[in-house]
Amino acid sequence: MSDGDQNHGDELLSEEFEEAPRPSDEGMPGVRMTFFRQARGFVGPLLTTVVAFFVGGLVVLVTGHNPLKVYKAIFEGTGLNWFFQIGSHSARIPFSTAHMWFPWDTSSIAAENLQQTLLLTAPIILTGLAVAFAFRCGLFNIGGQGQYLVGSYFAIWLGTSFVHMNPFFHVTLTIVIATLAGAAYAGIAGILKATVGAHEVISTIMLNWIAIWVGSYLFGAGGPLQNKLQPEIPISGDVADGAKLPVFWGLKLLQGLSIGIFIAIAMLVVYWIIINRTTLGFAVRAVGFNPEAARASGISVARNYFVAMAIAGGFAALGGAVDVLGWEFRLGPGDIQNSSIGFIGLAAALLGRNTAVGVGFASLLFGSLINGTSGRQLDPSIFAPELAGNLATIIQGLVILFVGINLGGILVWWRKRRASS
Amino acid sequence: MAETESLLVTAVTARLGGFQWTSARAVGAYGIGFGVLAFWLTLPPLHTRTTAVPVVVGILAIACGIFALAREERRVGGGAIAAGVLGIGLALVAVQSSVPHLNQVVVWSALFSATLVYSTPLLYAAIGGLYCERSGVVNVALEGMLLTGAYFGIWADDFSHSWVVALLVAMLAGAALASIHAVWSIHFKVDQIITGTALNFLALGITGYLFIQHYGDAGTPGNIADYGIPDIHINFIKSWPFIGPIFGQLNLMIWLSFLLLIGTWLFVFRTPFGLRLRSVGEHPRAADTVGISVYKTRYIAVISSGAIAALGGAYLSTGFVHSFNQNMTAGTGFIGLAALIFGKWRPFATWFATLLFGFSSALADRLPIAYGSEWGTLFQALPYVLTLVAVAGVIGRSIGPAASGRPYERQ
Repeated sequence: MSDGDQNHGDELLSEEFEEAPRPSDEGMPGVRMTFFRQARGFVGPLLTTVVAFFVGGLVVLVTGHNPLKVYKAIFEGTGLNWFFQIGSHSARIPFSTAHMWFPWDTSSIAAENLQQTLLLTAPIILTGLAVAFAFRCGLFNIGGQGQYLVGSYFAIWLGTSFVHMNPFFHVTLTIVIATLAGAAYAGIAGILKATVGAHEVISTIMLNWIAIWVGSYLFGAGGPLQNKLQPEIPISGDVADGAKLPVFWGLKLLQGLSIGIFIAIAMLVVYWIIINRTTLGFAVRAVGFNPEAARASGISVARNYFVAMAIAGGFAALGGAVDVLGWEFRLGPGDIQNSSIGFIGLAAALLGRNTAVGVGFASLLFGSLINGTSGRQLDPSIFAPELAGNLATIIQGLVILFVGINLGGILVWWRKRRASS
Repeated sequence: MAETESLLVTAVTARLGGFQWTSARAVGAYGIGFGVLAFWLTLPPLHTRTTAVPVVVGILAIACGIFALAREERRVGGGAIAAGVLGIGLALVAVQSSVPHLNQVVVWSALFSATLVYSTPLLYAAIGGLYCERSGVVNVALEGMLLTGAYFGIWADDFSHSWVVALLVAMLAGAALASIHAVWSIHFKVDQIITGTALNFLALGITGYLFIQHYGDAGTPGNIADYGIPDIHINFIKSWPFIGPIFGQLNLMIWLSFLLLIGTWLFVFRTPFGLRLRSVGEHPRAADTVGISVYKTRYIAVISSGAIAALGGAYLSTGFVHSFNQNMTAGTGFIGLAALIFGKWRPFATWFATLLFGFSSALADRLPIAYGSEWGTLFQALPYVLTLVAVAGVIGRSIGPAASGRPYERQ
C-alpha cells in the first residue's frame, strides 16, 4: 500500500464498525487487492442502502401497493431527475415560443423540487458532521437533535431582534452566536464525560429532551419568545428580512435555495481539514482510536472529549441556524417536537462512515428521501404522503440497522471464499 | 411521596441489617425529608403564608446534608442539600401564589392517582430495561418497544375484542422487536446503541405506517374503551378519605406493575437465576467460566425486556387513553430509561424514580388550571434535568453494570 499517512489513518479509524471477517489479502494480485481495499469504503454503504430500500419496498408490496411506482413517484418528487432533463427548453421570451438549447432548465418543476431537496440536505450534512466528528473521538453523539434545536432557538432570538442592523453583520452575528450556543450545549455532555465519566449517550439523550421542552416553552402560548402580535397563536415572531440568508436559486417567495447549502459544503471541507490536516484532528482521532494509548503519549483525553463535543455541537447548531435563516424564519412547539433532522444526520453519518465525502453523499440521499416523501412533493394518487413519510422512517431505521453489520465486508469475504473454492 | 420514601428507607435498612438512627446516612435522609417538608408546608392544607418557616426548614435540610456530606455520605448528603434548595425555591414560589390557585392545582388525592397513572408505563419500560441492562446489553430502544406494544395492543384489542389477547399480541410484538436487538448485539456484536437507535426508527416507522394503512384519517375506533384493560373497583375503600380516590379505582395494569416490581426484585436479587443474570452483566468471562451460558442468558433477558416494555405501551393505548396516534409515546420510553439510570438499575429505587417523574407529569398536567400553560410545558423537562444531575454525580454516581454495552466473545 503506497497510500499517504492520512489515508492510512482513515483506514484505521473507519475500521471500527468492521466486525465481520476480513479477507486475508494473501495470494491476491496487487491491483485487485487495492480495488477491494477501496471497495470496502463504498460497497458496504451502497449495499446497505439497496437492502434498506428493498426491505422498504417489501413493506410497500405486502400492504398492497406497487413498490416500483411508489419509488418512481418519490424519485420524481426529489427533483434529482432534473439532472437528466437535458435538451431544448423554452427561452422564456415574452410573446414567443422560441426554444433554446441549454443543458438544464433552471426554473422547471424538477428544478424547484431539487431546490427543496438541497435545502433539506444542508442541515442533514451539518448534523451528520456533528455525529461524525464526535465519533472520530470515540464519542457517540446522539444529541445532534438537541444541539440543532439550540442553534435554531438562538437564530430565532437574534434574528427577530436588531431589526435595523446591517444585513451582513446581522447574519454573521446570528450564525456565530447560534453556533457557539450549540457548542456550549454539547459541551455540557463533553464536560460530564471528561470529568465524572458520565456516558455521553445518556447525557445527550437527556439534553435532547430538555431542548425540546424548553423550546416548546419559549415559543408556546405565553412563552417569552412567542410572537407579540397574535398571542393566541403559539409560534415565534418572524426573522427580520435583513437576517435572512440570500437566495441564489429559485424565487425568494417560493422558498428558493439559500446559500445555506454552500455553508454546509464548506463545513464538509472544514471537517476534512480539521480531521486530516491539523494537530487537533490528530489528537481527536488518537483518542477515538485508543484513549489509553493517547493518554500514554501525552494527549489529554479529557480535553479532547470536551473539544470534540463542542465542535460537534457547533456543527449541529449551525445547521439549526441555517434552517431558520434560510427557509423556516419562525418556529412553533409543533415544529420543534416533530423535527428529526438531528436523527437523520445520525443516519447520514453512520452510512457515510464518518468521512466528509461519505457524509455529503449520504445526506443528499436522505435529503432526497425526506423531500420526495413529503406531502408537498408526492402525488397522493399514487401513494399517500402520510404512508410515505413513515416509509422514509422505516428505510432510515433499516439503514442504521444494516450499516452496523457491514454488508460490504461480508460480500467481499463471500466472493473471496467462492473464488478460492 | 412520604410513603415511597419510607419504603425506600426500609429497603435500605433491610439490606444493612439494622438501622442506626444517628448515622450520617440517617441524618441525610432526615435532610431530604426536611426539604420536602419545606415545600409541603406552603401547600394545602396548611398554607403557610410566611417565607420564614419554609426557609428555616429548608436550611435545616441543607445543614443535615452538609453533616452527611462531611461524613462521606455523598449520595444522601447531596440529595438532602438539593432537596433543601429545591424545597426553599418551590416554597417561595408557592408563597407568591394565591391560596385559591394553590387549592385548584394541589389536590393531593388527584395528584397521587395521576402520579400512579403516569408512572405505570414508565415502570414497565424501566423494568424491561432493567432485565436487559442487568444482562449487559444497553437498551435505548425502550421507546420503540413501548410504541410497538401500544400499536399492536390496540390493533389486537380492536380485532379480537379481548384485552387478554391484546396484551399477548403486544408482548409478542415487543419480543419480536427485541429479538432483532438481541441478534444484532449478541451475535453480530454491533454497537448496541446504534442498533437501539435503529429500532426506535423502525418501530416509529412501522407503527405509523400500519396505523395509517389500517385506520387512516379516522383513527382508532372510539369503542376501544369497551374492550380495554379493565379498572379494578375496590368498593369498600372508595369512601375512605384520601386513600379512596387514589386506590379505589385503578387500572388492572397498575396493580400488575406492583406485582411485577416485587417479582423482579425477588427474581433478580433473591434467586439463582437473578444471580446468573447479574453475573453475566458484570463479568461475562467469569460467568462463562463457571458454566453459565452468556449468550442464552442475554437472549432471554433482551427478549423478555421487549415483552415487558411492550406491556407498558399496551397499557398506554388500551388501558389509559383508549386510542393510538403516530408517535404517541413521545419520549415516555426515554423517561423510563432515565428512571432506570436515576434508580441506579435497582428495582425499588427505579420505582421511586418513576413515581417522582410521574408526579412531575401529574403536576405539569394540573398547573395550567390556575397558571399559564407555559409552566406546565417547562415542567415536562424536569425528569430529564434531574437525570442529567444524577449522571453528573451530584447525588452520587450512577454506574451501570460493568459489562454493559460490550459484546461478549466466546472463547
